[in-house]
Amino acid sequence: MSSALVRRRAVDRLMTALAAVAVAVALVPLASVLWLVVSRGAAGLSWAFFTHLPTPVGEPGGGIGNALVGTLYLVGLACLIGLPVGIGAGVYLAERGDSPIGRGIRFTADVLSGVPSIVVGVVAYGLIVVPMKRFSAIAGAVALAILMVPTLARSTEELVRLVPGALREASLALGVPEWKTSLRVVLRTALGGIVTAVLIAVARAAGETAPLLFTALNNQYWNLKPDQPTASLTVQIFNYAISPYEDWHAKAWTAALVLLLLVGSLNLLARFLSRSRLRSQR
Amino acid sequence: MPAAPLRALRNPGDRAWSALLMVLGGALLAVAGIIVLALWDVARPLGGVVSLKQFVTGQEWDPTSDAFGALAFVYGTVVTSLVAVVVAVPVSVGLGIFLVEMAPARVRPVVSFLIETLAAIPSVVYGLWGLFVLVPWLRTSVEPLLGRALGFLPLFQGPPIGLGYLAAGLILAVMILPTIASITIEVLRTVPSTLREGAYGLGATRWEAIRMAVLPYARSGIVGGALLGLGRALGETMAVTMVIGNSPTIQTSLFAPGYTLPSVIANEFAEATGEVHTAALAGLGLVLFGLTVILNALARLLVQAVGRGPAMGRP
Repeated sequence: MSSALVRRRAVDRLMTALAAVAVAVALVPLASVLWLVVSRGAAGLSWAFFTHLPTPVGEPGGGIGNALVGTLYLVGLACLIGLPVGIGAGVYLAERGDSPIGRGIRFTADVLSGVPSIVVGVVAYGLIVVPMKRFSAIAGAVALAILMVPTLARSTEELVRLVPGALREASLALGVPEWKTSLRVVLRTALGGIVTAVLIAVARAAGETAPLLFTALNNQYWNLKPDQPTASLTVQIFNYAISPYEDWHAKAWTAALVLLLLVGSLNLLARFLSRSRLRSQR
Repeated sequence: MPAAPLRALRNPGDRAWSALLMVLGGALLAVAGIIVLALWDVARPLGGVVSLKQFVTGQEWDPTSDAFGALAFVYGTVVTSLVAVVVAVPVSVGLGIFLVEMAPARVRPVVSFLIETLAAIPSVVYGLWGLFVLVPWLRTSVEPLLGRALGFLPLFQGPPIGLGYLAAGLILAVMILPTIASITIEVLRTVPSTLREGAYGLGATRWEAIRMAVLPYARSGIVGGALLGLGRALGETMAVTMVIGNSPTIQTSLFAPGYTLPSVIANEFAEATGEVHTAALAGLGLVLFGLTVILNALARLLVQAVGRGPAMGRP
């Protein structure tokens, strides 16, 4: 074998090894984060942690019940506002998205999905907190809703476009008007996929912190009033983590475990739904 | 997708449906408009206090004496994001190449699932991990080592504090890796296999085929992915806020504590000392918004261009 060929094969093997190393390097932080959150957080898990209010420093016990309820409340409100707009825009993009205006709206959605969540927090502050003169759950929910809209629109569009064109054509050929075809044939077929997209959007919203810092703020007590400040899991984790107290750090890890379980189970549910849908279509 | 059938528009139901669709699409444009207007509205009181030039190039940030210079935050944002991109791009591209070009097909969904998981972890959890795991490790192991090995560079001088540009940059690298990796994978998959086959036919090894046939075709898409990652890094807030050290200064050393645009908004907004302070923070938000919109627009155009393929490569 010529020496050039030996060298080329050696380079080939070296690059293959380097690419494999890149995979390992990418996965080390994932393993580290998951392991540490579980190992440091598990000790603090108890029924009381889910149901009690937080306690002052040094006082044993206490939980994140209000923060957990607050997160669910904020995300629920955000869905009320964000889902119709996001899914609606997605349907528009799928049905009319090939016009020049449609392309413009699609591009806007793509660009908006990259707007930092903290900036959206400032937007919600200007829209809601300034006129109301008070931090409130609704302001946090508006921020989360604005964050949901662009990605939800794009994933809805893709899911509606996945519906085979023959279905639409068959319906139109039978004389069914376009609006009925879109609603009762195309959208109904895409519905399962849209539910998956919604679950992923909800999981992302539940993990947001930055847009809540100066909209929903925080609250030491239970709150289900839209015009009052509201606690959330993520803001609570942040406050616990940057505090100087050892027992609050421990609570931060446990709350992080709860958050990961919440976000993870939503994502797994979405995955499971989309997989069983694919199987049933096959 | 068929264009709107014109005859069908006579049907009142279809006319209503078309109008509804216009409203739904318009709502997204309205959201974009609201974002810009609301930011502008909150930032407006700043106009009478500081000129644009002072705001962008000033180095002093002291809300109590109405000094609002954003340069240290812009600097911190740019430095941490660049560190993130420099670390994340080679790893993501290596990962993409391994998955698409080298790994057996069975491995692909597993690694893809893990990368998706990496993307699903909330920012504040990364911050917690960064603060209690990454920062101590950097302080006791990595920074002293870098200081000894590369201490002749100004980037790696000074006391190893842990909290600072390097910690923020590394945690950002982890967070933007899924973005860049998934786009790299997507782009590599669009490379026509005839290109690879041609290279193999000429006697290339696998790496030579990747380097000479696959990567040139995918290059602009990968650059687009890197820009999208950069955009995410610029705006990432919580994890950075927890490990950057929160010092509004400009320092050469990556070991030194700094501050970024999103972090200062996160830390000061809720407790801003007055309307002008709030306006200055919203002004920082406006700068950040402008930066990310430009980057994202550019990145999308690049990624789309690869989807269409290079003009000369098409049959």
